[in-house]
Parts: sequence; C-alpha cells; structure tokens
Amino acid sequence: MRYLIVLVLVCLGSTGWAQNWEDRQVFNDTDAATTLRIISSTDTDLFAPLIDTFVARNPDIAIEYLVTGTADIDLRFRNTPEAFDIAISSAMDLQLKLVNDGYALPLENVAHLPWAEWRQSLFAFTSEPAAIVINRAAFDGMAIPQSRQELIEALRARPDVFRNRVGTYDVRQSGLGYLFATQDARASETFWRLMEVMGGLDVRLYCCSGDMIDDLTDGTIAVAYNVLGSYAEARAESQSTLEIILPSDFPTTMMRTAFVSRATKKPQTAAQFIQFLVSYQSSPVDGAGLLPLLSEKENGAERRAIALEPALMTFLDRLKRNKFLSEWESALIQK
Amino acid sequence: MDSPGVSGSLRNQLALTLIGGAAVLALLLFFAVRSYAVQVAQQGQNNILEASVTSMLDAAAIRDGRIELDLPYAAFSMLATPADDRVFYAILQDGVHLSGYEDLAFSQGATGGNLMFEIGEMRGGAVQKISASRTLIGANNRTEVQIVLAQTQDALSETLDQISRNAALLGLGFFGLAAALSFWATSATIGQLGKLTSSVTRRGPQDLSPFTKPVPREMAPLVTSLNSLMGRLDQSLSRSEDFIAEAAHRVRTPLATVRSYAEATLQRVDKEENREAMRSMVKAIDESSRAAGQLLDHAMITFRADHLEREEIDLVVVARELVLRLTPIADMKDLSLTLRGDPHVPYSGDLVLIQNAVRNLIDNAMKYSPAEGAIEVAVALHPRPQIRVCDRGPGFPTDEIEALTTRFRRGANAANTIGSGLGLTIAREVAQAHGGQIELANQEGGGACVTLSF
Amino acid sequence: MKFLLVEDNRDLANAIVSRMEMSGHVIDHAKKLEDASGFVATGEYDLILLDIMLPDGDGRAFLQQHRASDFDTPVIILTARSQVSDRIGSLDLGADDYVTKPFDHAELEARCRAVLRRRAGNTKTAIEIGGIMFDPVAGNLIVRGKAVTLRNRELRLLELFLNAPGQIFSKSKLADRLFSYDDDVSENAIEVYIGRLRKHLQPSTLSITTLRGLGYRLDLDG
Repeated sequence: MRYLIVLVLVCLGSTGWAQNWEDRQVFNDTDAATTLRIISSTDTDLFAPLIDTFVARNPDIAIEYLVTGTADIDLRFRNTPEAFDIAISSAMDLQLKLVNDGYALPLENVAHLPWAEWRQSLFAFTSEPAAIVINRAAFDGMAIPQSRQELIEALRARPDVFRNRVGTYDVRQSGLGYLFATQDARASETFWRLMEVMGGLDVRLYCCSGDMIDDLTDGTIAVAYNVLGSYAEARAESQSTLEIILPSDFPTTMMRTAFVSRATKKPQTAAQFIQFLVSYQSSPVDGAGLLPLLSEKENGAERRAIALEPALMTFLDRLKRNKFLSEWESALIQK
Repeated sequence: MDSPGVSGSLRNQLALTLIGGAAVLALLLFFAVRSYAVQVAQQGQNNILEASVTSMLDAAAIRDGRIELDLPYAAFSMLATPADDRVFYAILQDGVHLSGYEDLAFSQGATGGNLMFEIGEMRGGAVQKISASRTLIGANNRTEVQIVLAQTQDALSETLDQISRNAALLGLGFFGLAAALSFWATSATIGQLGKLTSSVTRRGPQDLSPFTKPVPREMAPLVTSLNSLMGRLDQSLSRSEDFIAEAAHRVRTPLATVRSYAEATLQRVDKEENREAMRSMVKAIDESSRAAGQLLDHAMITFRADHLEREEIDLVVVARELVLRLTPIADMKDLSLTLRGDPHVPYSGDLVLIQNAVRNLIDNAMKYSPAEGAIEVAVALHPRPQIRVCDRGPGFPTDEIEALTTRFRRGANAANTIGSGLGLTIAREVAQAHGGQIELANQEGGGACVTLSF
Repeated sequence: MKFLLVEDNRDLANAIVSRMEMSGHVIDHAKKLEDASGFVATGEYDLILLDIMLPDGDGRAFLQQHRASDFDTPVIILTARSQVSDRIGSLDLGADDYVTKPFDHAELEARCRAVLRRRAGNTKTAIEIGGIMFDPVAGNLIVRGKAVTLRNRELRLLELFLNAPGQIFSKSKLADRLFSYDDDVSENAIEVYIGRLRKHLQPSTLSITTLRGLGYRLDLDG
C-alpha cells in the first residue's frame, strides 16, 4: 500500500497536484497576522458563514479554506501533515484512523460532549442523516416511500420509470459513500436487497453529493440514495422539485469532524478555531450558518449518530474492504 | 523543689510509635490495594484483547487457497474505552503482512496457535500487545493466520489513577482513624500514670502509707518501688525526728545536772569571787542550753517547713495557752503578760511551728523588758490573721531592723542578754513557710513590737 | 509540802532534792517507774516531778496509766526534749505543766507554786507567825488582819526569810534567788525590795535587820 501511495504521489505531484483543489478561498486576506490552513470536504458556501463570523471576531486571523474529497483529504494529510493546520471531513472512519495513527494534536482546553469527541482530538460538529432524495415529478400521484423497504417496492413496481434513473455514491471513490454503505450493511440485510434492485435498474454512480443533486434537480435521475440532506436543502432552487426522506426503518447519521494537525505551527490559533467551531455548532444562535447543528435528536426522535470508536476502522481494513467492495460490485454492477 | 531532668515524653514516644506504625500500615495498605488494582485492571484489558483477537481469528477462512478475513465489527467495538484508547492491529499470513499496520511486529513466540502478551511502543504511545495465531487447513495446504492487536493504556492508567486516589483516601482515612485511636490509647495509658501522680500529690506530708489502689500490671513494679521508698523514707524521717529529740536529751540532761550543782554551790559559798565564777558558769550553761535548744528548734522547723502540717486552729487559743504557760516566768520578773484582741482568729496552719514562733517572740520580749514592765500579746483577724508581741524594753536599733531577722544576729544593745539570736529567725521562717511575713517596729514611747502575719 | 521526784539521773536528782529541802519541802526520790509506783501507792504527795525518759519506760505512759485510775495528784514533767508537740502531748496526757531541762530552779519553784495554787483550792498551807498569816502557795499575806498585795519578788523574799528566821542572807545571795542570772542586778535593787517588805511587815512583830557588811536577817520579835 505504501508503494501505491508513493506512486500516486509521484504521478499527482508531477501533474501540478498541489493546485488541484475543488475550491480554494482565503478569508480575511488583508490584515491578518496568522493564517490557518484548513483542508475540508465541505463545500465552501456551506462553511463560509461560520468562517466569516470567526474572522470577524478574530481580525488578526486569516483562513485559507481548501476543499477536496474525503479520500483525497486522507491521502494528502498522510503525506504532508505539516501542510495543514486543521482537517475537516465527513468521512468519520478516515478521520478517526488519522487520529488513531497519531496525526492529531490533543486539545486539552476544548470542552465538548463525550460522545462527540474522540481522544480530545477529533471533534464532531454536525449531525447529518443520510437521506433518500426524490424528484417529486417521478412520484406524481404515487405514494412517496418512507423507508428502504418501501423504496425497494416502489422501484420494483415501475422498473421502466426508474431504469437508469437511480443514483447513489460510487463507494470506491467516495469516502462518505463508503461510510454510509458499510454502516447500512451492518444495520440490515435490506441494504443488499436495495443494492441488488438498484443494480438491476442500471444505477448511476456518483463521486460527490453535488453532482448527484444536480442530476436529480434537472430530472436526469428520479431517486438518489444516501445523499446528505443538508446538501439538498442548501439548494434553494431544489425546494420545489425535490423531497428529502429520512428513512424510517433505521437511520444512518454522520457527523462531520475536525482535528488539529499534530504538525501544526499554530496550535493555539487552531485550538481557538476548533473551540469556536464546536460551540458555534452546539448551541443554536441567531444567524446560525448553513451547516446542520450537532444534535443527539432529529425531529424529536432519538437518532444516534455513527459512534466515534475504533470499530470505524473495521471497514478500512484492506481485506475487509476488498471483500465489501467485491460484494458491492457484484450486487450493483450486474453485467 | 527541683524539677527532675526530663528526657523525652512517654506520651509522645507512645503516640509517635503508634502513629508511625499506623502510617507504615496505611502506606502498605495503599501499595497493596494499588498493586492489586494494577493486576486486576491489566488482567481486564488482557481479557478484552484476547476476546477481540479470538473473534478476529475466528473470522479467518481459506477460500480458493487464499486467506479471507472478514473482520468482525465487534472486534474493535469491544475495545472502545472511556479514554478513547487507540487501537492498532496487523494481520499476517505465515509472517507475510496482509493488512493493518505494517509497523506492528508479530511476536514469534505466538506461532502455532499460542497467545502472547507484550508491552510495546506504537506511534508515540505505550501499548499492551497481544499476538495470536491460528492454523487454517485448506484443501491441499496448511497455512497460519497471525494477528497482532495493540491498545494504548490511557483508560487503564485513568482507572489506576482513580483507584490510587481512592486507595490514598482509604489509606488516609485509615491513618486518621488509627491516629485518633493512638491518641486515645495513649491518653488512656498515660492517664493511669496521671492518676497515680495526682494521688501522690494529694497526700499530706505525713502520709507515707503504701498505695493500695489497684493499678495496671505494668505499673505494679513502680508502685511497689514507690511503696518501699516511702517505707524507707518513713523510717528515716522518724529516725531524724528521734535523732533531734535524742540529741536534745543528750545535751540537756548533763547541762541540767551541771547547772543544778552550780546553783547549789552558789548557795553554799560565800566568797564573792567564787560566787561570781559560779554565776558566770550558770550564765554560760544557760546560754549554751538555750542555743542548743534554738538550734534544734530551728532544725525541726526547717525539717517541717517543706511540708506544713496544716490544721484548723484558733490563733487566740494558741496565744492564750502560751501566755498561761509563760506567766509563771513573767511573774518571777514581776512582768505583766496580757492578751488582747479579737475573740476568735481562725487560721489553717502548722500548730507546732506557730507555737514555737510565738513562744520565741514572748521569750525575747521578756528578756528585754525592764523590771515590772508590761508585755502585750495582741491577736487580730484583719487585715490578715496576725499575732503581735510588744514590750517596753529598749526597742530595736533603728539601723539594724532589716538585718535583725538574719540568723545569729543580735541587736547591738543585747550584749548582756542571753540568747542565740535565733528567735527572730525562727519566727521569720515560720511566717514565710505559711506565706506570711514578720515585721519589726519600735513603739512610740519606747519598746519593740514584732508582728507575725500569715 | 511533800514532793515526789522521779528522775534517773542521780546527780540532777540530788541537786533538785537539796534545793527543794533548802526551800523547806519534803521530797522523796524514785530512780525508776517501778519505785515511783511504790511511793505513789504508799504515800500522799502534793506534787510529782516526773522525768520522761526512764530506764524502765516512758514517764508519759506512767502518767497516763495513773490518770486513768482516779489519780489526781498534780504532775510537772521534766523533759529534755525540745519538740513542742512533745510538750503538748504531755499536757494532753494529764500533766499540769512541764519544765525543759536544763532549768532555772527559780523557774521550777515558780511553776510548782503556780500549779499548786491552781490545784489547791481547799488545801491549807498558810503559816501564822508574829501577827502575820502567810500562804506562800496562794501568795496571800495578811498583816494584823489586813490583806497586803505582794509582788512576786517580795513574796519570794518573804518566803526565803520565813524558811530560815535568824539566818543572815548576803545581798548577793538574795540577788541570786530573786533575779535570774542574765538580769543585770544592782545591790540597790535588793535594798528596794527589802525596803518594800519592811514597810509591809511594819504592823507585825516581824522585822528585817540590816547587818552592815554581812546582809539581812529576819527577826521574829523585833
């Protein structure tokens, strides 16, 4: 594996990999003394209000916000941990493994809920359930499925309508997609049946939530499975066409997490940001940002998020991953 | 009285020994509890590590000649701790790395289905490590799957810290209780000594009877020695008193004989120069017998002054008896001896000593009084109980009043009067032994006054 | 007067006996308690002089024993002890007085007289001679039916003369009897007392004659 990483590095490095970001934005560029470099999987526009508030309160701090995929964050961070001050990702498993492997700096002064932190290093700051998002047009006059089982039935009932119009993450590329898939697989066999049904309908696979929602909005696909509801809600123009369904049979809720690099040169500033992040996200304040708050409950019902514990590393095991992916492929890619 | 030399304190020694013992026991308790807790906690972690690695090994299987290991979610889930301990693992096949952390070394001792625990270091943290293996038998080959699992010990040390704190509290509590008990036991033990001490102190000066109250066995030898010492003291005291009495007898009886002969002779001889010699002889005998008497009296007073034998007496009764007793002698000189003052003056004092002092004062007054003079003994209750003896003699030389009560001093105008000069000294010492004083003064119109106040 | 002396020291006893006889008393001498018990059983005594330390016992025990059996003869203790408590003890045991050795014979006589005076309410000890009646124990003198008050020294002087009428007493002998040896006595003092006594005796037939250079003498019918 090490050789593989080196190989990838060499390839990417030679093709200007360093500049190859999904997005890059600097906040408070002009008059700051210190610049925090944050690598994140969250879209800039979701995060911008929070950062704006932070730099407004701390005018001497600038923030360079770099966006890339979760797997890419893991890869880049392992190679150059000193290049980033803070890593933010929705892939809890990868984040936890980074911390377990010793890349994170414990922050003694950050107070947080015990279930939402790990080793006083990894701090969760959102609760985001995986959702089924549908284009209302495809279900006009039909009952809207409320669970995975109902979705299976709906798909089976009208295969002609849904053929090639069902989307989900390509778990081989998306860290978050892999996390959701493995947690679903742990929870219920229904997941595999759904995958088989979706495989039978020539499922479309996506690397990222954004693309999937784009296609959903314009009607290219009718159903997206395991999408982050937050992304869908963020699209103001989607409100009328899309419906977000939180499956009632079992929830899969992800928490976005952040940690400070052990190799950072600005531990105090980074800790200051993390403290701000968790308190900003823990208690609702006026003009709160676009990110979902950290909460133990969803719509009044208990919705325990995926636990921050070493077991998250289980599906990162190479043997386990290979086995899961081959099952996933055999279910979903039916040639 | 001299205080005895003090070296150390039994109470402190006892208390220190007990408390020191308690401290040592408390420390032992602390370390024993702590080391037991370390064992138990370590054993607990080892058990979980073993369960985890066993579940991982169980998930291994050979498929198509290749090892497949479907890592159970629970294998890592059960390793979750409140302190969020880090977990490392590695899966090997016959020593070839398959999955997990490559830098985690498998312990060779664990091959062939064995288990092995080790302490190691992983990514900047101390870890407890378990290595285990399992042989898998395929269709046509045997292979061994080997797993190393390591976990940091943050939760363990947190638990240990907590147990240490509790053990320390327990030890402190034990120590506090033991210290309190030590103080109690010490006081109770020393209390027995205190009881004996106060019972010795409460005794009257003449009470030299043995102690008969029961005492703890350990103190019995002390009480026995004390009783035997008091017995000897009693003997020696009565011997001293007998000795003084005997000495007086031995001195006085021959003096009495010589005096009687001298007096009888004086009656018979007519030649004036012989008579003068006889008179001088009688005078000398009187002086020496008086001196001897006063010396012995003084010895007796010194002997008694340390331990006054106080009793309730009426100073008026004491004075009256003395006046009655001395009246025949006063009569012989045609002196009048009168008593006046308060009807009753009760006082708690040593009768023998006070009688002696007052008799000496009256003796002195009679000695210095002119013929047919008046001597007045006055007893008063206020401001303090006191007895005053006044005469109409020449009075004290004013420049010698202070020095007069010093032993063996006589006034300059007493050249012709028999007396050893001890009378005032005796009176002063008796007054002082009673916490009182003696006051010398001259009367207006001539005469001396001595006031003995208590 | 009849005295009993209980004293083991022979020399002292002899001295006391001769002095008492000189003063006109009858005196028996016992050397130990056993003898004393014999004397007490057979004779009536006016006064007992009792030593404490005797070869066959303690004088105080003897006294206590006799006091217990209705024995009421006055007792004066002769003691060589100095301790006051010893004296008190003696008095408590029934002694009338005590004298500490060595003693002035004048003091002994004075104490005897005091004890007898206290105890002898009914005893008649007066002498009648030449128109006077004199009781040396009570100290009374009646001259021609008229009571005269005598000072102690005048009384003793009279007693001295009456014990030996016609005998010549030198001035210094008289001084030795009347004054103690530590008194500074001038011969004039004797003349003063002689003068006073002469005045008291004036109405009687008794007279004190001055013998120049020799002394004085009591004449019964002068």
